[in-house]
Amino acid sequence: MDVMPKWADALLIPLISILIAFVLSAGVIVAIGEDPMVALNTMVQGALGSSYGWGYTLYYTTNFIFTGLAVAVAFHARMFNIGGEGQAILGGLGVALVCLYVPWPHWILALPFAIIGGALFGAAWAAVPAYLQAKRGSHIVITTIMFNFIAAALLTYVLVELLRPAGAMDPASAGFPEGTHLPTFQDMAGLFGITAFRGAPANVTFLVALLACVLVWLLIWRTRLGYEIRAYGHSEPAAVYAGISPVKIIMVAMLISGALAGMMAINNVMGEAERLVLNSVEGAGFIGIAVALMGRSHPLGVLLAALLFGFLYQGGAELSLWTNIPRELIVVIQALVILFTGALDNMVRMPLERFFLMFRKKRPAEPATAPKPDRKSTTAAE
Amino acid sequence: MDLVTLLQILDSSVRLATPLLFACLAGLFSERAGIFDIGLEGKMLAAAFFSAAVAALTANVWIGALAGIGASLVLSAIHGLASITFRGNQLISGVAINFLAAGLTVLIAQDWFSQGGRTPSLSEFGPNARFTEITLPFADAARDSGPVGLIYSELISGHSILVYVGLLTVPLTWFILFRTRFGLRLRAVGENPAAVDTAGVSVVGLRYAAVAICGILCGLAGAYLATGLQAGFVKDMSSGRGYIALAALIFAKWRPWYALYACLLFGFLQALSLRQDAVERLTQIDVPGQLLDALPYILTVVILAGFVGKAIPPRAGGEPYVKER
Repeated sequence: MDVMPKWADALLIPLISILIAFVLSAGVIVAIGEDPMVALNTMVQGALGSSYGWGYTLYYTTNFIFTGLAVAVAFHARMFNIGGEGQAILGGLGVALVCLYVPWPHWILALPFAIIGGALFGAAWAAVPAYLQAKRGSHIVITTIMFNFIAAALLTYVLVELLRPAGAMDPASAGFPEGTHLPTFQDMAGLFGITAFRGAPANVTFLVALLACVLVWLLIWRTRLGYEIRAYGHSEPAAVYAGISPVKIIMVAMLISGALAGMMAINNVMGEAERLVLNSVEGAGFIGIAVALMGRSHPLGVLLAALLFGFLYQGGAELSLWTNIPRELIVVIQALVILFTGALDNMVRMPLERFFLMFRKKRPAEPATAPKPDRKSTTAAE
Repeated sequence: MDLVTLLQILDSSVRLATPLLFACLAGLFSERAGIFDIGLEGKMLAAAFFSAAVAALTANVWIGALAGIGASLVLSAIHGLASITFRGNQLISGVAINFLAAGLTVLIAQDWFSQGGRTPSLSEFGPNARFTEITLPFADAARDSGPVGLIYSELISGHSILVYVGLLTVPLTWFILFRTRFGLRLRAVGENPAAVDTAGVSVVGLRYAAVAICGILCGLAGAYLATGLQAGFVKDMSSGRGYIALAALIFAKWRPWYALYACLLFGFLQALSLRQDAVERLTQIDVPGQLLDALPYILTVVILAGFVGKAIPPRAGGEPYVKER
């Protein structure tokens, strides 16, 4: 039974949840003896006050769009992919191999193949947990977590033993050749004779991320496969009855999810570092969870949520630079956003539903909300 | 490998298995009552920080351990609120708790101690600031009296009190779950909450009790981690132990004694990765350290893949209970 109009479900509940999360975060800042208004001002100035700040904000946004879309696609099939981190690590390896071992004449040629490399490696890393879930019933949440740890160990091994140039000390690959240099926003603005985004890492990958949003939207709502994924996510028995194979949906949804997470690497590995380093993902895979939850698993929502987290991430870096607040404040905000938009959803929803019931008129039923992951497909009726 | 090296590895296996064991039994109570908990990691981390921090401030490890348990209980209460009262998604709540602990511990550590998100080393605060090793009776005398004496003095004696508490928690858990009325009801609420409700027992109350026990045990896990195994808190020091405990729980098929064996196995694997030299001498192969690091996780996946028999979780696990439909 839907007692709320659609706009309230899609906008009001996330906004109230975010508001609660922010108020609590402000409380945390007060508790460690800092001024939340000063902190907010520092964050806005640092992240949005200059084209340099925007360049960083949009760079982080690009990362979070990919990982957010990855989690969102899996959510639609009622899968909870916590493995975005590991898949992005492996995607970085794929991108690095493409960039290092093929002499690319120009980035326009290198970019599509780097995308394919990152996507393939990310998808491959998601394939094993997906297969184990589909065929053996191993719980995907635990297996993807384990694969994050295994990915980190694998990357260390590859960097230390295989990709590290002879004589180098730090565990990192050689720098990528010039032909793989992606144009940054600074380069692109330079084409129009504008000096902006100087030194900021945002690059052409942002446009790829926007394209990915559109493609995911088309996939989920305009193709037969997307319909099957959504049908499976809403009700496994109904999907099976309609002739949809659960094994196929689990595999395909997780492969797409892993591919999207892996594609993040064209931004951070190829676009920014231009070599493969340890810990280049920096937790973006986990932020994808918060982004997808906040964005209600819709590409447009993911884009907006990614922008918010891009702002938070860059603002948080500025905070730790100028104030006594460590960067981990962002992890706290991220946790609160996940808590209130994901787990404590009903805490906001129940009073709001009561509020709307008071003004209720006769209206036809509206479609339900985006599905959320669950260990079993049968959730309790509410 | 000689006996002494083997005993050293087994000795550190027991130490490393202890936090896993506490966390695993914590998960056992929670999941047997139908509340999935992937927030073990976060609760352990929060407890590790608060026990180390308060032990440093008071120079008394027991007050520290209590503070750790308290912090873990607060996170348990959040998990209970989200997954019992507001019937939210238990997995998402667990993820949120893990991040909350990861962020808040560093934030508070920086605020209190200004050492880059760690506590000062507890060895600076006198002998009572840590759980010290207990030498069992006759251990020193037994050392020289043959292999049995050596095993007694090296392996069985010389752990901190929490190790022995952890080992005793296993039969205690078994007794509570399988020999008391409370345990029967707790298991029933994880299998068929409607039946428990019909019998006039509060489903919500039982589940909160289970989540609270989970919090206490996670608190002990964290306290041992920061004040027994190591001397102080460092950022992200739980390093996936909560997840390994979950894997041990599945491996143990949600049963206490099997949980002990599973945790000892995972502890042994962790101990091996610390003694790479001994492994290489034994196998005569150049084993990459990263492989040993990843081994517990790889083994978990292999176990989860069901190659060692099927693990069936409690039937009502992960589902919020709605009283009327």
